[in-house]
Amino acid sequence: MNTAAPGLPADQPEEVSGSPSQAELLDLEAALAARPEFQPHKAPELDPTVKPILTVENLKMYFPVKSSGLIRRTIGQVQAVDGVSFEVPTGGSLGLVGESGCGKSTMGRLITRLYKPTSGRIEFDGTDLAPLSTRELKPYRSDVQMIFQDPYSSLNPRHTVGTIVGAPLVIHDVVPKKQVLTRVQELLEVVGLNPEHYNRYPNEFSGGQRQRIGIARALALQPKLMVADEPVSALDVSIQAQVVNLLQDLQREFGIAFLFIAHDLSIVRHFCPEVAVMYLGKIVEIGDRDSIYGHSYHPYTQALLSAVPDVKQAAIGGRRERIMLEGDVPSPINPPSGCHFRTRCPIAREICAKHEPPLLQVGKRHKVACHFPGELGKHPVEPLTSRLLGVDDDGNPDPGGSPDASLVTKPGYDDTWFDLDTKTFGRA
Amino acid sequence: MFGFILRRLIAAVVVLILTSFLTFTLFYKGPTNPAAALCQERGRCTAEKQEALETSMGFNDGLMTNYGRFVGGLFKDRTISQGATYTCDAPCLGISFRTKTEVSKDLLTYYPATLSLAIGGGLLYLLIGVPLGVLAARFRGTVFDKVLVGGALVIGSIPYYVFALTAWIFLTLQTSIFPTTQYVPITEDPTQWFLGLLLPWLILGITGAPTYARYARGQMLEAMGEDYIRSGKAKGLTQRKLLFKHSLRVAIVPIVTIFGLDFAALLSGTIFTESIFGINGIGQWTLTSLRAPTDFPILTATILIFAVFVILGNLVVDLLYAVLDPRVRLT
Amino acid sequence: MTATDTTPEARKASGTPLLEVKDLTVRFPTYDGLVQAVSDLSYTVEAGTTLGIVGESGSGKSVSSMAVLGLHDTRSAQISGSIKFNGQEIIGMSENDMRKLRGNEVAMVFQDPLTALHPFYSIGKQIIEGYRIHNNVSKKQARARAIEMLGLVGIPQPQTRVDDFPHQFSGGMRQRAMIAMSLVNNPDLIICDEPTTALDVTVQAQILDLLQKLQREFNSAIIMITHDLGVIAEIADEVLVMYGGRAVEYGVTREVLTRPEMPYTWGLLSSVPDVAGISDVLVPIPGTPPSLLNPPTGCSFHPRCTFVSQVPDNLCVTTLPVLERSSTGSSEHLSRCHLRDPAAIYETEIAPIVAPDRTESPA
Repeated sequence: MNTAAPGLPADQPEEVSGSPSQAELLDLEAALAARPEFQPHKAPELDPTVKPILTVENLKMYFPVKSSGLIRRTIGQVQAVDGVSFEVPTGGSLGLVGESGCGKSTMGRLITRLYKPTSGRIEFDGTDLAPLSTRELKPYRSDVQMIFQDPYSSLNPRHTVGTIVGAPLVIHDVVPKKQVLTRVQELLEVVGLNPEHYNRYPNEFSGGQRQRIGIARALALQPKLMVADEPVSALDVSIQAQVVNLLQDLQREFGIAFLFIAHDLSIVRHFCPEVAVMYLGKIVEIGDRDSIYGHSYHPYTQALLSAVPDVKQAAIGGRRERIMLEGDVPSPINPPSGCHFRTRCPIAREICAKHEPPLLQVGKRHKVACHFPGELGKHPVEPLTSRLLGVDDDGNPDPGGSPDASLVTKPGYDDTWFDLDTKTFGRA
Repeated sequence: MFGFILRRLIAAVVVLILTSFLTFTLFYKGPTNPAAALCQERGRCTAEKQEALETSMGFNDGLMTNYGRFVGGLFKDRTISQGATYTCDAPCLGISFRTKTEVSKDLLTYYPATLSLAIGGGLLYLLIGVPLGVLAARFRGTVFDKVLVGGALVIGSIPYYVFALTAWIFLTLQTSIFPTTQYVPITEDPTQWFLGLLLPWLILGITGAPTYARYARGQMLEAMGEDYIRSGKAKGLTQRKLLFKHSLRVAIVPIVTIFGLDFAALLSGTIFTESIFGINGIGQWTLTSLRAPTDFPILTATILIFAVFVILGNLVVDLLYAVLDPRVRLT
Repeated sequence: MTATDTTPEARKASGTPLLEVKDLTVRFPTYDGLVQAVSDLSYTVEAGTTLGIVGESGSGKSVSSMAVLGLHDTRSAQISGSIKFNGQEIIGMSENDMRKLRGNEVAMVFQDPLTALHPFYSIGKQIIEGYRIHNNVSKKQARARAIEMLGLVGIPQPQTRVDDFPHQFSGGMRQRAMIAMSLVNNPDLIICDEPTTALDVTVQAQILDLLQKLQREFNSAIIMITHDLGVIAEIADEVLVMYGGRAVEYGVTREVLTRPEMPYTWGLLSSVPDVAGISDVLVPIPGTPPSLLNPPTGCSFHPRCTFVSQVPDNLCVTTLPVLERSSTGSSEHLSRCHLRDPAAIYETEIAPIVAPDRTESPA
């Protein structure tokens, strides 16, 4: 591509020997556009009829905090993931968004069972992976693969690309030794790398190409679920879209489900028809794309969305109107009582400090954990959850009330849900 | 912090028990028999005589009993039968087989020489090595840097004893630039103490410093490439402040680590230095104890001393870390 | 500290901008060859305004800004052209004069405050140090100033937190402290190198707010280096798009972002998904960024450009386009492209993808 003779002043109009003709330029364009991921890609839509491949129920991961005395007692816990439930549809994608420290990366490591959860279920294709031992997990390892954030540190610099991509094939003994190379070359082709480059080392590739190597490795065992932890955030803007489109093509071609973990709300919006928003170890809002991005009910989701700088603002000028959150995310060692978000919430009231809001289904595919759920500027004046929790509007125990038994958070959605207008269950 | 030190001290005691026990085991299961040597020393040795000696020295009481006696002697006075009967004041490390003197008292006799050598040598490691390394980093790529790196390699490749012996032959024997090398206690005559140890110190320093120079150079280069040094430059700090304050502060931390261990090794005696320059320190003392028949009480004592210094060195390094680097919280 | 004829008033009267960069070229000789990091870059920044510089890694956006502060090692960088700050020429200035400028009249805010602050010194000590280099004041006065600055950037309890170490601050607080350190001498120009990239979005919004508030208060000029066009759209008055070490589009932000003329800028706009969901199509820029050791001939974007065939005579491959006003564009907008009528292509091919809603009709 780069044919300039070194030392030639680039800004002097100079005829370059062998410069392409107009027809060759057209070919060049055609070649550029040949890779499917260079084509425009539309955001995928949700198919509500497919069954889940992954069902996570009330998953918890607590890391102990040790004291500093002679005997190191456990004096506290980091509640990295605290009672999370969701489903990932077969061949579909769920996005997991939130700020640093919200537990989204821990979540990814739990699903791939790099961590053993404190409690809860990780049901993958009918089997609960949570209690399995390392040995028992082996058959499932090939079905759940991971793509890492940093394409520089996640590839062994002393191994060739062929060794890296071929390693899962050898470990799981899926193809005969003689066919490993052929399969590796196929995989490289699939992710848009030159198959002849199998004997090169990772440092000979750019960041985007390295991420493709990581994807090829994850793809090698034909997984049913891929956990992608910030797969594009380390890449240049112009390369991010290429990789996102590649993942979308792979999903469509091989029917791979994705748990897509990212802090970039725009990328998640594009890739995932369903999105869960996490804050301090809990899901605060989960729903389909339109519910979360179109009319979210949780003040945290609203603040998060409004914080994203928008190119379109150039036409109007000045800063965008936004909900400013004070301070940073509190420490997960000692999270605030009641609703974890209340310390930064613009609409927090007394009840929020006393009771944790239940993750309530408020739409066909939309759940929110807030005492005052409502669209931006239309949050209700009275808490909607007080009767369900059996308390009065300030969160004090109500002698006449009792907690509603149906408040257990389950993965998936029910046919009936809590109607925000009538404040009752039973809309379908 | 307190909990950390306490935990480390408990670990230290465990290591010392294991080390001393292992030394004991090796001796008891090993081929040397001090009773036989003692027996021969006293003229014609018969099997009965040797047998009697062995029993009186307690070798037939088994490993555990003997180890118990040794540990007990650290806390209260002992009487030891070794042909004759000797009293040994607590803390008792035994009676030398060869000289029949109390090992703990000998230790106090030989130790000041080693300590003097170690302090001077260790200081010179740092005083020669670190400034050269810092300057090499500052003038990276220049002739000075290349000469320094090359010189360090040359000195590093000469075996230590060759270097020390050559220096002694030329500087003391032939030219008398350093007339004598000896150990005179500092309490007796500070000038003689200094003059007598000057050459050994310099030799130790010159041979040890290249490692420090190379290490300091590498650490400085790494520190100088850090973002916060760039921020300091962007603030308008002078080159000198950036180098000697901001970069050196960071580079010194890992240097302290290796110095802690090197200094512990120096404290445990420098056998070549002491032998070549005729200084009676614990290095020489250990060496003589190794001559057959092994003088086991001395050997045990020197091994324990070595273990104590290594453990203490590590502990001091860890504590220094907490002082130097505010990010390290000892919990 | 500056000569009388270079006070802001005098400058305004004489029409000299605060910062004037002209034909700046930065090259790094390496074993593999000459890295052409920045080539013939020219721009100006007026007092109290914000210039956004957009580009990917290797586009030369950071390298060019570090040259303004003279942060490149003169032994390893070849710098030519002219950088005039307050009328003074910076290139070739003595290290001592340069040092008086740094942190005093021109300050820098770096991307990652965790690595950009010294880990062994307290926040307060680092601010005090920066203040006392340029001001002859007692330690006590400098400490009071540090506490005042920390309060100003919104750090709660600045009297106690001034003695904290960087690792005891959260990411957002660290960046506030970094900003306090940069602003302690009331600089005329603040260069922000991706100041919010390492931060969460809600914290990013806080930091951008803070920078704007402080800019209004001190009338400082800001150079905002970023890869995020959204950040540019919200805070920059002018924008400079860089590719392969050169400016490829330069002008008033509103003009450049609503009527972009260069295919690379189009690509940047179309390859970032839209959080509002107005456009749900993602069109990547094919290929990879150019090598700076051996840059492409002609227009450095041509190997990745999908409009090359619309320019006759292989111009894109053979000739470097000039950064100039396009035949149909406005005077506040320069671009470097051979396309005859980029506005028409943008209207028919690009706008329907990146801005199907079109908040305003084209003028």
